[in-house]
Amino acid sequence: MEEFNNNIAIEMKNISKSFGSIKANENVNLTVNNGEVLALLGENGAGKSTLMNMLSGIYHPDSGSIFVYGKEVRFYSPKEPIKLGIGMIHQHFKLIDVFSAKQNIVLGQKGTFVRGQNLSKEIKKLSDKYGLDVDPDKKVYDMSVGEKQTLEIIKVLYRGAKILILDEPTAVLTPQEIKRLFKIIKNMKEQGCAIVIITHKLNEVMEISDRVTVLRKGKSIDTVETSKVTVPKLIEMMVGKTVDLSIDRTVVPDKNLLLEVDNLSVVNHEEGHSLKEISFKLYGGEILGVAGVAGSGQKELCEVIAGLQKSEKGRIFFESENIIGKTPRDIIKLGIRMGFIPEDRLGMGLVASMDMVYNLILKDYQLQPGIMLKKKASIEKAKKIVERLDIQTPNIYTPVSRLSGGNIQKVLLGREIDSNPKVLITAYPVRGLDIGASYKIYELLNDQKKNHVAVLFIGEDLDVLLELCDRIMVICDGEITGIVDADKTTKEELGLLMVGGKQMEVAND
Amino acid sequence: MINITKREDLSKQKGIIIRIAAIILSILFTGIFINLLGYNSIDVFYNMVTGALGSEMRLQKTIVKAIPIAVASLGILVAFKMKFWNIGGEGQIMMGAMAATFVALNLDGFPRALTLVLMMLAAFFFGAVWAFIPAFFKVKCGTNETIFTLMMNYIAIKWITYLQFGPWKDPNAGGFPKIATYPDNAVLPEVFGINIGWIITIIAAVIVYIFMNHTKKGYEISVVGESLATAKYAGMNVKMVIITAMLVSGGLCGLTGMIMSSSIEKTLTIYLSNGIGYTAIITAWLSGLSAPFAVISSFAFAVLIQGGKFIQIALQVPASVADMIQGMILFFVLGSEFFTRYKISFKGQKGGEK
Repeated sequence: MEEFNNNIAIEMKNISKSFGSIKANENVNLTVNNGEVLALLGENGAGKSTLMNMLSGIYHPDSGSIFVYGKEVRFYSPKEPIKLGIGMIHQHFKLIDVFSAKQNIVLGQKGTFVRGQNLSKEIKKLSDKYGLDVDPDKKVYDMSVGEKQTLEIIKVLYRGAKILILDEPTAVLTPQEIKRLFKIIKNMKEQGCAIVIITHKLNEVMEISDRVTVLRKGKSIDTVETSKVTVPKLIEMMVGKTVDLSIDRTVVPDKNLLLEVDNLSVVNHEEGHSLKEISFKLYGGEILGVAGVAGSGQKELCEVIAGLQKSEKGRIFFESENIIGKTPRDIIKLGIRMGFIPEDRLGMGLVASMDMVYNLILKDYQLQPGIMLKKKASIEKAKKIVERLDIQTPNIYTPVSRLSGGNIQKVLLGREIDSNPKVLITAYPVRGLDIGASYKIYELLNDQKKNHVAVLFIGEDLDVLLELCDRIMVICDGEITGIVDADKTTKEELGLLMVGGKQMEVAND
Repeated sequence: MINITKREDLSKQKGIIIRIAAIILSILFTGIFINLLGYNSIDVFYNMVTGALGSEMRLQKTIVKAIPIAVASLGILVAFKMKFWNIGGEGQIMMGAMAATFVALNLDGFPRALTLVLMMLAAFFFGAVWAFIPAFFKVKCGTNETIFTLMMNYIAIKWITYLQFGPWKDPNAGGFPKIATYPDNAVLPEVFGINIGWIITIIAAVIVYIFMNHTKKGYEISVVGESLATAKYAGMNVKMVIITAMLVSGGLCGLTGMIMSSSIEKTLTIYLSNGIGYTAIITAWLSGLSAPFAVISSFAFAVLIQGGKFIQIALQVPASVADMIQGMILFFVLGSEFFTRYKISFKGQKGGEK
């Protein structure tokens, strides 16, 4: 018994935490052993990040106790867990761009000077031990996303972390980078580290973890050994019911060209991303997926088509009309039927504090005659959309910000679909949605496709892109590295294209 | 451990309870304070209320005080709804009053109705111009409207000072630096013993209510206030929306200046605006940026002012004490807004070993 206890790195018992009336965690139990990888699995909003933030001292539990190496602890600041060897690697890196790797590592440490030579040696020693690879003098702005993540890992290891928490570490990585990360994790495991990996991607759970703890609606459902569980079983634990996870891809005959992008270049001065001379065609009755590492120009692509970004050169034809340089106002007034689901739903697609009626009126009030705002049609429309898309809302006068993520997305998608678009541009339409809601969205997009709508689907999950889309366009650094047929390609090929590898064979439309 | 958490949603009932609690608490605390100063707090409060509302004449005085606050609040709320922080009400009031004065002093002998309408139009226009300047620079260069509108106040006041001591100095005032008093045709008539500013207030409130809630422009102003990205996404001409809202906002403040100069002072002085441009910010905010409630909160504020004045005379309470009472009540009422947005819970720190 004693022996067994010594092996436990972290034990969290009956942890509860609520925010206002929302119970983010309710009597959650979790143990992590030394030398094992524990996957913390759950849908968005299941309470994974809250739980781990309590472990890294950012939040304080309302009740329950935390034991680190058998000793009960109470964290009141993020510094205390670090002293005990707990290191968290956040989803959004906390690095300073203009600093070198070395400078980032010692940032916030005691002492006045950066000890050049010694430090480099120490970093080298650490890197060799765990199989990490980072040049200590490289500036962060020169690093790829994968390198930045490695640097984050070295940073916490340098501070003496033996227990690592990785919050959705693969979200921004290419398949190749994920492989490298998993190798690092395995190395650390062999060195006796305890590792918690937060994720909602099931295949990763199966690949890397030894045990899985599943959270659902703030409660810990169960902890199982990965080798003794199947993917469908995990989904059932996550969602609470069995879910049919197949997306059917129907082929729509006689596709007609609806949108053509020709030699388009965009420079986004604010964020530094850009598009470089891209050309592609989008047909009615197809879903064209867009794959790429986050920040490769996806946002610019959507916004330039929707008229929200200025282009440097190039043309965009809607049917046969060149819409380049047209503002969203022009596009509405010209009667061009184009729907756009932006990435930032509440910040761009909808007005968060307003109700459904005012949100539905957003896109067509300009076409109303006169100076008064006529709401009657929108009230009818709101009722219709609530019914048709099965939106869960107390009533149509509830501010949309109070709805759940899935229902918010349905309001937005409902509005865009209701205008009978010919082209529908969707940017990460299932981000943050639970599994059930995601599949509902896929279904709605598929319906649109069957109605001969041309759908542009910016996605992040390659598995989904492969199943849902007819063709997949891969962009890397603002350039198209390939347009492939979804049923003739593999994840590996997409991964190569995402980092700029040349396409092996060109799929034709 | 004190936990501060954001409230997800607040029922109307609870919101009202919090506000009533704030008022009761403010009276309690102010009462204790007044007693400590050696006055009878019940007496003081009683006199404050009766001093503001106790007789027909007192009520009329209170309403006269409420009128400019209300009209300026209506102006301020239009800009605030767009999250354009117009702190320049003071200057816009001054410029409006200046324009009204120019008309009044140059149209001696014109029919009263025509003179007054022209004064209103001129005041609205000049208030709007004074608000247009910061709005223009905001949309063109992205300047900060808070600082800009505030600075415009000082320019306006110094400009009026120049007029009063220079070109507009009344030659018949025996060298005293004042601007001539309005002729009779430029003074607002009275209805029920109160200048017709109260009718203007009601009309303005109705128009602002309809404008903000039932017109496309009002809707656009709200959307721009909520999210610029959404406004652009929906194809709104954001620059035009900002300019329009500020023209309305400044225009209403300018109109306030006309009402004040034409009813209370019957001339233009550098002290005319008397902080109304700032007071209106408080009342607009208290009203939750709703036109009808802005009128109510302005009246409540006027009760505080008028009651404060009355106790100075009736009970020989020093002005500073009256100001303090006003300040305390405001502190509690504004402070309660925090509790409508956040919830505070206290957690006992359980003993535990580290």
